[in-house]
Amino acid sequence: MRVVKHPILPEDTKPEMTIFFDGKEIPAKAGEPIASALLASGVRIFRETAKKGYPRGIFCGIGRCTDCVMTVDGQPNVRTCVTPVRQGMKVETQKGLGRWSEEA
Amino acid sequence: MRKVQAVIVGGGPAGLAASIEIAKAGGKVVVIDENGKPGGQLFKQIHKFFGSREHRAGVRGYDIGTQLLKETEELGVEVILDAPVYGLFRDPAGIMVSYMKDGREQAIIGEKVILATGAAENALVFPGSTLPGVMGAGCAQTMINVNRVLPGQKVIMVGSGNVGLIVSYQLMQAGAEVLALVEAAPSIGGYGVHAGKIRRAGTPIYVGHTIKRVLGKTQVEKVELVALDEKFQEIPGTEKMLEADTVCIAVGLTPLTELAWLAGCEFTFIPLLGGHIPIHNEDMETTVPGLYVAGDIAGAEEASTAMEEGRLSGIAAAEALKLYTAEDAKTLKAEVWDRMNALRTGPFGQKRYDAKEQLLATAKGGK
Ligand SMILES: Cc1cc2nc3c(=O)[nH]c(=O)nc-3n(C[C@H](O)[C@H](O)[C@H](O)COP(=O)(O)OP(=O)(O)OC[C@H]3O[C@@H](n4cnc5c(N)ncnc54)[C@H](O)[C@@H]3O)c2cc1C
Ligand code: FES
Repeated sequence: MRVVKHPILPEDTKPEMTIFFDGKEIPAKAGEPIASALLASGVRIFRETAKKGYPRGIFCGIGRCTDCVMTVDGQPNVRTCVTPVRQGMKVETQKGLGRWSEEA
Repeated sequence: MRKVQAVIVGGGPAGLAASIEIAKAGGKVVVIDENGKPGGQLFKQIHKFFGSREHRAGVRGYDIGTQLLKETEELGVEVILDAPVYGLFRDPAGIMVSYMKDGREQAIIGEKVILATGAAENALVFPGSTLPGVMGAGCAQTMINVNRVLPGQKVIMVGSGNVGLIVSYQLMQAGAEVLALVEAAPSIGGYGVHAGKIRRAGTPIYVGHTIKRVLGKTQVEKVELVALDEKFQEIPGTEKMLEADTVCIAVGLTPLTELAWLAGCEFTFIPLLGGHIPIHNEDMETTVPGLYVAGDIAGAEEASTAMEEGRLSGIAAAEALKLYTAEDAKTLKAEVWDRMNALRTGPFGQKRYDAKEQLLATAKGGK
């Protein structure tokens, strides 16, 4: 959910764009990290662990823990909390260690 | 290879303040940061700072950040962004700093190098702590204040230090509900002013409590709290189950010291300052000549002290580079020390003051 009204911060005027999450179009704001666009659309499960398939999501938010990694434009293990969105970017839930796709 | 007078690793409040002092003295300085934007943790800090006017009390963190960036620009400080530093190597001409930029390895030599890499949040382990919805308080702070998105609606905060208190309040300002603030110790860790704000907003603060477990199929659904006795053991029968979707963890910071270890700095262990700290002297210089530390890496404190330490290290490095006479440097450093000592007063500041004194004594007495 977006923070729209805020007692201190001014209105957020970053331009809108769209990215794809598991094939579905979702809105994003220019310059924000992938993780925040996903949270804004209510997506909290970013990947599943390799052996047991346990869900994982954002944890540290500063690129240190790697809990938030996803497959982005065919490249696995991209830290979504520190990688900015790009128009038309394809973001996919990563299973285990992920795999490279043809296009990457 | 490119060589400059000073290289600063980390462009948070400490690193930027250091760069400003060196540039003011006429030195050529390069700041390297792995983030896409400089400012470190400052831009997520929307509260007003404490202290006196010289400490810019009453000014909000992000405004201080904007001011620092303006100064660095005006002084012509070069800032290299999106560039994680991964190594430090001794070189006859100084210290070689290796970093990645655009997928390529690069290096630059600094006659003097200042490490201002900050700190990372500590984690906490309990059943369910890996579920999506459990995150660092600083992570939530970045989401609401920088990216303007709520990481959840119903939040439980663990830890009542200043980060836990401030972020709880900021989550409420952003529209989330903070159901409870949980603290294992018998009393609140942070400033009373901040705690008061939380209480007035109606959020209960449970001291002497912890999280027993978090339940949920694919994300946080329920959080069970339990009371602790004076030996921090769970008291059976005191469990409380709350419906929440988010757990924020604010149980302290650990300085990011990897590069100082790599460089061969000697360390000392001071829990109050976050654990292993590179030993440094009154000039913020480590046991490796020409290598300085400033800010959270030199002991996790707060943004205002980080800036003062940055200034101190910058002035000292400029002096070592012969950009200042010893006399001028002495006056400038004394001014910084006055402000810094003033920040380290009060019931919390005094403890940090004592810990820092202990550190300086370690530096003086050798090992
Ligand atoms: C998540 C979090 C929230 C906080 N919130 C508050 C608050 O609300 N109020 C308050 O007073 N204090 C807060 N603090 C405490 C903190 O002490 C200060 O606010 C202050 O930001 C510390 O300044 P610094 O310059 O030492 O570090 P930082 O501001 O953390 O800056 C360090 C910089 O170094 C960069 N860096 C680190 N490693 C490398 C590397 N290897 N290569 C290149 N660049 C690197 C980082 O990207 C970062 O920009 C918070 C700390 C954290 C971690
Ligand atoms: S959340 Fe830790 S690396 Fe992204």
